[in-house]
Amino acid sequence: MVMATFKLWRGGRDAGRFEDYQTDITEGMVVLDAVHQIQAEQAQDLAVRWNCKAGKCGSCSAEVNGSPKLMCMTRCSDIPLDKPVTIEPMKAFPLIKDLVTDVSWNFQVKKRIKPFKPRQPDADDGTWRMAQADIDRVQEFRKCIECFLCQDVCHVLREHQMHDAFIGPRFFVYGASLEMHPLDVENRLGDLKDTDGIGYCNITKCCTKVCPEDITITDNAIIPLKERVVDEFYDPLQKLFRIFRPKR
Amino acid sequence: MAQAELTLKQHGFGQTRRQDLWWLQPLAVFAGLSAFIIYTTWAAFQGEHYAFGPYLSPLYSPELFGESSHSWFGAKPSWWPSVLPWSPSFLILWAPAGFRLTCYYYRGAYYKAFWADPPSCAVAEPRHRYLGENSFPLILQNVHRYFLYLALLFIVILAYDAWNALWFTDTATGATSFGIGVGTLVLTANVVFLGGYTLGCHSLRHLVGGVLDRLSASPARLKAYHCVGCLNRKHMLWAWMSLCWVGFSDVYVRLCAMGIWTDLRIL
Repeated sequence: MVMATFKLWRGGRDAGRFEDYQTDITEGMVVLDAVHQIQAEQAQDLAVRWNCKAGKCGSCSAEVNGSPKLMCMTRCSDIPLDKPVTIEPMKAFPLIKDLVTDVSWNFQVKKRIKPFKPRQPDADDGTWRMAQADIDRVQEFRKCIECFLCQDVCHVLREHQMHDAFIGPRFFVYGASLEMHPLDVENRLGDLKDTDGIGYCNITKCCTKVCPEDITITDNAIIPLKERVVDEFYDPLQKLFRIFRPKR
Repeated sequence: MAQAELTLKQHGFGQTRRQDLWWLQPLAVFAGLSAFIIYTTWAAFQGEHYAFGPYLSPLYSPELFGESSHSWFGAKPSWWPSVLPWSPSFLILWAPAGFRLTCYYYRGAYYKAFWADPPSCAVAEPRHRYLGENSFPLILQNVHRYFLYLALLFIVILAYDAWNALWFTDTATGATSFGIGVGTLVLTANVVFLGGYTLGCHSLRHLVGGVLDRLSASPARLKAYHCVGCLNRKHMLWAWMSLCWVGFSDVYVRLCAMGIWTDLRIL
């Protein structure tokens, strides 16, 4: 057992500060355990959002020592406890209180993405046939737990606050899961270019680094979408070929 | 949609609460790319010591015009403006340079290392204005696939150079015979590393199959997609290995041509 100091952000939208709390860390504890222990013993009014404690609900997103992480998946043994551990809320979203942010902007963004639109059924009974090879690629994107850590670390949202012009990596993953789906026939490329702001992504791969589900966001979702946007809008040869070949 | 009002926004270049060595990777990228750019610029301006026997430096290949025996179309062209410095590499080096400049991996790396946009993940930036690749000039990065087409051509040419590096001419008799020197291995490794980098390109992955939603309908393209994807997973590693080896290959040929190093014959 070791005594560790945690600097927790306390406060609301108007004012706030870091407050120090000392608590005992025992083997196997994760950061969320420490925060709960502090809440139970020293700060009953501490606001912290959590649910599953298993890295599957995406609720306990925060910044631990400046890095966006799920608190429930961050082992205390993996962070240096010989100096204070800072825990603060995500910076890309408005603060509600203490460690809790208002992530509702994400849900509004999701609503405006064109939904899944399947092709005509393959069989008379109204069902479709898909090859495993075709669905493998988008299966990765289904792992997303919507913790929004990728949104938080993305500098376009975090630093430049371009929430009006850029939907963020989470929704490029969502868009890729629809756009690359073997049954889907909707075209979202115009939206991706114009209203979703895929051109603002400068491929820093920070979103990939923080993803707790290890989704290869940049390489497998964003760059393929960028390439499709290039096909549609920036490649003169592709435009020429499209005249002579049927639409995919 | 109303913009979210952030209350904990970071201010000040480099501000972060990260405690790890976040500056180390961008610094290493800055140092590595700077060293390569400085060396290749210097080497390109030399215009000599780029060929040794059957070996041709990859910084000068293909030698369209030049003084060595590897030249395709003879000596320096008469139409080259006399006021400009001349080197055979000026005619070709822009193509691989453009390929790397617009490469998805390098873009992310040099935006961080050279432009601090951002300096590292979750670290504050020096500028407030941001255009990304959404408008001029960085929208031009979308030309990457055209540089890919050229880079693929260069792989064929460099493979031909590696083949030529197997055939040594006896200066006394003029007879050509098969052989393997250390330089042969250097140039062969060069084309292998460059091939691993070029054939793992994100644009190539898209063009060979990524563009399709139903890849299973095209088995050959599905296989190609998986092959390119396999190389693509280590794209950063291939990018750096090939970059370093291109530089070393030029150093090897140059030092052999200058008589400083001796090319050892294995066979």
